[in-house]
Amino acid sequence: MNRSTLQHLTSPLIDNNPITLQMLGVCSALAVTTALDTALTMSLALIAVLTAASTVISLIRRHLPGSIRLVIQITIIASLVIVADQVLRAFAFEISQRLSVFVGLIVTNCIVLGRAETFAMRNPVWPSFLDGLGNGLGYGLILMLVATIREFLGSGSLFGLNVLPLASEGGWFQPLGFMLLAPSAFIIIGLLIWIIRTCRPAQVEADEFPILSLRSGDGS
Amino acid sequence: MIGIFVQSVLQDNLALTFFLGICTFLAVSKRVGTAFGLGLAMIVVQSVTVPINHLIFNGFLIEGAWAWAGLPAVDLSFLKLISFIGVIAAMVQILEMTLDRYAPALHRNLGVFLPLITVNCAILGGSLFMVERRYTLPESVVYGFGSGVGWALAIVAFAAIRERLRYADLPDGLRGLGTAFIVTGLMSMGFSAFVGVGLP
Repeated sequence: MNRSTLQHLTSPLIDNNPITLQMLGVCSALAVTTALDTALTMSLALIAVLTAASTVISLIRRHLPGSIRLVIQITIIASLVIVADQVLRAFAFEISQRLSVFVGLIVTNCIVLGRAETFAMRNPVWPSFLDGLGNGLGYGLILMLVATIREFLGSGSLFGLNVLPLASEGGWFQPLGFMLLAPSAFIIIGLLIWIIRTCRPAQVEADEFPILSLRSGDGS
Repeated sequence: MIGIFVQSVLQDNLALTFFLGICTFLAVSKRVGTAFGLGLAMIVVQSVTVPINHLIFNGFLIEGAWAWAGLPAVDLSFLKLISFIGVIAAMVQILEMTLDRYAPALHRNLGVFLPLITVNCAILGGSLFMVERRYTLPESVVYGFGSGVGWALAIVAFAAIRERLRYADLPDGLRGLGTAFIVTGLMSMGFSAFVGVGLP
């Protein structure tokens, strides 16, 4: 595997991460991160669906008429998600109940459609496969990071195993209930973006102000 | 009924509690005007698609729905994802054509946002929640409308905050997406204060 092909796999991990830079697939990313095991299951499901979808769409890209390509892409993705959902129900029923509707929502997860549309439609099978895998891993990486922080501080455990002795059982650690609520996920991702952008200044967004002060003349 | 409405607008807000439609939420919230247009489109589409998906799910897909045809054991509920997406895409298309024909002014205002809504996870999420919580038909009408209103409320408020934040002097790494996330987090915290609100 030469260097430029490998690039498709490694660049979405941090430099071009789907969540923190491309702003794709945030929807389902946050709700499943209260515990590590649900986050891991969700990431695996997404990696499987994304890799398969990119490969399949790239295989048939020359036969897709432009006007109905979105419908076909959505149908392919939805079929793959149904398979993933049914597999989870069959082999990990308890976790699939906790994930509730979020596995189903991979269908509308913008990462899958976004990568299919921008990458798989224009590239051969092997790079598309790597691109799908890389983006899935980048998504999983952020998910696992957030889930680690939330589960560790929120319930003092990792993968359901107690790490810190809880105050309710005679230990010293008072769990931060806030970490298990919705707002903490947003704030943790916001801070992660801050850290990544401080280390990679190329990602910093341009200051909007100069452009806006010019545009404010049009009476909006 | 009122309980479901209040719950879907405030406590179970799709955007801030279930993180649905956040991609669009963050991308289309730079101006209050556009946010309002999107919110309106969202209310309309959500209140149409949730009841229709309810009818389709209970009429064709649920276990035993084909009993009248002599097939009581057929359970097609695994097809719900693919049929819901189909319904949503079709409804958005029909809505767009109807609006274009009968309410061109409204269509001009919503124009760009209608197709965008097809891939909004909040719409599909609303339908999936309707199935998971086993709402009846009237309940699902109320739920569809309420969750649309809740989403619209959240995005308009968020856009208003972002318009003010533009003039703030932020650290470089936090500019744009970073602050957007943190502000959403704070708003979500605010909305979680509604948990105690309940009507009989």
